[in-house]
Order: sequence, then C-alpha cells, then structure tokens
Amino acid sequence: MQVFGENTVRRILMGIAFSALFGLLLIALFIVKEGFPFLVKVGLRDFLLSSTWDPQAGRYGIYPMVVASLWVTLGAMVVGAPLGIAGAIFLTEFMPKPVMRVVKPTIELLAGIPSVVYGFIGVMVVAPIIRGHWGGPGLSVLGGSVILGVMVLPTIMSISTDVIAAVPQSFREGSFALGATRWQTVRMVVLKAARSGIVASVILGMGRAVGETMAVIMVTGNAAKVPHSMLDSVRTLTANIALEMGYATGLHRQALFATGIVLFVFIMILNTIAGAAIKQKARRR
Amino acid sequence: MFLNRRGKITIAILFVWTAVQWSGCGRSKLSITLAGSTAFQPFAEKLAEQYMTVRPDINITVQGGGSAVGIQSAISGTAQIGMADLVDLPEEAKALQATVVARDGISMVVHPTNPVADLTLDQIRQIFSGTIRQWNVLGGPDDPITVVSREAGSGTRSSFEQIVQQIHLPSDAIIQDSNGTIRETVANDKNAVGYLSHGLLNERIKALRVDGIECTVQTIKGGQYPLVRPVFLLTREKPEAAVADFITYILSAPGQKTIENSGLIGVE
Repeated sequence: MQVFGENTVRRILMGIAFSALFGLLLIALFIVKEGFPFLVKVGLRDFLLSSTWDPQAGRYGIYPMVVASLWVTLGAMVVGAPLGIAGAIFLTEFMPKPVMRVVKPTIELLAGIPSVVYGFIGVMVVAPIIRGHWGGPGLSVLGGSVILGVMVLPTIMSISTDVIAAVPQSFREGSFALGATRWQTVRMVVLKAARSGIVASVILGMGRAVGETMAVIMVTGNAAKVPHSMLDSVRTLTANIALEMGYATGLHRQALFATGIVLFVFIMILNTIAGAAIKQKARRR
Repeated sequence: MFLNRRGKITIAILFVWTAVQWSGCGRSKLSITLAGSTAFQPFAEKLAEQYMTVRPDINITVQGGGSAVGIQSAISGTAQIGMADLVDLPEEAKALQATVVARDGISMVVHPTNPVADLTLDQIRQIFSGTIRQWNVLGGPDDPITVVSREAGSGTRSSFEQIVQQIHLPSDAIIQDSNGTIRETVANDKNAVGYLSHGLLNERIKALRVDGIECTVQTIKGGQYPLVRPVFLLTREKPEAAVADFITYILSAPGQKTIENSGLIGVE
C-alpha cells in the first residue's frame, strides 16, 4: 500500500526539519530584539563590568552573575568531569560487556530525574553538610557545583563511553602485543585516540551546567554579589532571569533579556568549541 | 513500514482518543486561572478544590509567581484573577477591581533550635539591613546570621519592608522565590532568619514574637501584631460571571471558614 510518494515524504520531512530551525531562529531574534536596545542604551561595558545589580535603583550590572556562572560551571566540571571520564573508562575497558549493557542505561536514567529533585537534595542534604563542616550559609558555589557535577554526569559519561568504545579494537591489540599492561594501553593508546571526543563530552556537559536553572536557584542562594570563596552564596545568569522575569517591566525587563543574550553567546561559544573538537577528531581518522 | 497492522490500529485509536479528550475539555468546562502571591497560593488551591466539587463544570488552575506576577497577569489577561498580598496596591493596579478576601500576618521565622524568641521591629530592621550580623548580639549563639529574603516582586517582601521601614537588604542576603522555599531554607539552616505567611507556619520552623507579641490569629485580628497585610484578588473591571461567582464563594461563609481553618484571617 503506497499512500505517499517518495517526493511527498521528502518534502514533509524537510518541512518539519526546517520548522525546528525556524523556531530556534525566532527565539534568537526575539531575545535580541528585546534585549539589544538596552545594551545600546546602557553600554556593554557598564552592563558586563559593573558589579551592582539593583533594578529598583536603576543599577544593572551583571558582573556578579557572570562570575557566579563561571565559578559554578567550572566547579561542576571539577566535580563531574573526573567522575564521568573515570566512569566511562571503567565501563568500557574493565567491565564485562553484558554488565555494561545494564549499567550504562542506568546511568543515562540519571538524566531523566527532574532538576527540582536535584535541587531538593541540594537544599536538604548537601547544603547542611557544607554548613556543618566549613561554615557559611551552605547554599553556595560549592553546593551548586556538587549538584551540577552530578547532573552533568550522564552527559559526560554516556558520550565518553561511546567515544572510547569507538576506538578500534586493533589499537588495543597492537598495544597488548607490544607488552603493555591494560592500564598502560588505556592511558597511552585508548585515551589518546579518544581525547577530542572526551573533550567534546566535557564541553557539552558544561553547556548543560551553564544553562541549568531550577536546581541552581534552589542550591546557590541567589545573593547578587561577587563571590570571594566557594562558600559564598551566588546568583547565576540563569537564576537572575528566572527569579525576576515574572514581574520585571520596562528597562528591567530589557536588562533581563540582555542577560539572556549574554547567556546565549556564552553557550554558543561553548558549543562551537565542542563542534571544533569533534571535527578535529574526524579529520585525524 | 516498521509497524505491523496491530501497531497501526493501536496508534490510530490513541490519536482518536486524545482528540476526543481535548475537544471534550474545551467544550464542556469553563476555566478560570489564578496567578500571583505564593503566600495565598495553597489556600487558593484549597478553595478551588472545594469550589470545583460544588461546580464540577468549572475548572480552576492556580499558579504562583509572586504578587507582582499576579498584578501583571491580571492586567494582561493571562489570568482572570491575580492574587496580590500588599499593604498598598501599586499605581498600575488601580485600573483593576480589587477585592480583599483575607488578611495575613507575616511571621518572622528561625530554626527550631535557635534560643532567640523575641525581636523588636528595630532589631528586625538592623538584621535585614546588615547592621546586626551575629546571633550573640541578640542573646543567641556565637554564630553569624544568615538573612533569607524574597525576590523584589514578592508581595510578602514589599509588605514586610513597608511595615518595618528603611530596610536596605545586604547584597549577601539569600534570596528565595516563594514562601515554601523560604520555609525549607530556614528549616535546614540553624543560623537562618526569614519571614513568611502566617498560614504556612509548621513545626519545622519557629515563629518569633515581634515587639513581644506572638503571631497568632487573635493578635492579628486584634491588631496588636504589627506585620499584617491584606490579600487582594484582582480582576478586570467587569469580571465574567464564573469569575465573580468564585470570588463570591470565597467571601461566603464556607469559603471564609476554609481560609480561617488554614491559619489566615477572614474579612468581616
């Protein structure tokens, strides 16, 4: 039974694919349209580098939020990247294949847990531990880093696992034939071959961490000031938008959209680096 | 194709079923949306639930967001009813029809283990302006105070700041975006101090006396307790019949009883 011809199907699929792209384009245009007038009026330097955020007094400096986003994201990578990569190595190189087929989907299931749940774990478990051991309010850069580090685990681990598993078996056999141990093979051959893919997985995880909102609002405490230590409470770019977008009007609203532009550029840079890293790997093959 | 015949039939049935459900929803049920104050949100949910058992043909959705969101969405029409709990309504809300449906105390709260039990308005002002930073100044332990406040669009925050006056929140104050998360934060931090709706007190946090007066239904009603604000429901000038009827229900005896039972104060 032939309902649709080859060409009709192709056109329908093309239409659907382009509608997704078109939606993305509209979002980008909308954010720029709403936020750009603000950047022109206040100036990019004042916006990015002044450190007082007080919309009621007409002070719009997002420097504290930029620093906070960077700190929390880097912290998340310090927590998540080693765990994710080590886990991926263990899964592919040391764990029997049948076990891996069970464990890997289980880890990917972590990605399906709603971020509110991570946030609650942060508030009820992680923050009190931090407060008890090191002082400070507990809701802090450190708390956010730990929670985000766990949240990016599935991204980093599952992509790294795929990349490491894709390293040709002949590489490992060659290495074994030269008398290398298993760990030497992993360290000197497999990781070298999979390096750019692993880098890409970390950068994609980073993109996830920068963009995460709900859990971060709950765990970092949202104080709009430049942090001096890992125990200080901070407000990230995403948290700033989510907290205030509901009631912001006029210039304040534009400032939040301008914050969105900064975030957009942030994530685009990260994704471009990830793309370049993956391409570099393809070229080497 | 990758589906066998039975698979196709199943999908077709699901499609038809969903379509029927959707069209059914749209035709037979009137829907009312409330948005705004997170302090009144749980009570609005309770009232909506009760009202829907009386009037099953009406579907009520309650959303949070804060009082400023309530005012915004009532003006823009994204919600038929905006909830706002402010001492004074702002200029832009003057065009809306405002009905006071309850009064609500703002309780000062700390962790249950905190020995401090009493604060004066002046001490509250100094704590929330960052001049008092240690609990030992107030007769408590030798620990720093964690100040927990709300985002600027919150009705609880603007009422609080308007009554206490001259608050300049320090930049390291922790900001939470609902009454519920304030409660969680204070319940999990032994050094925290925050404020929230009297109706949301529970045994996991401790309410403080303000100027020696306990925050109870009696003191709020009698006017001794200083931190009290009204709860407004905002609608357009001429609300639809269903919306007006729901507000009438809230003001009626059973509606007011629900409000009183859950710790708010009804209007006489």
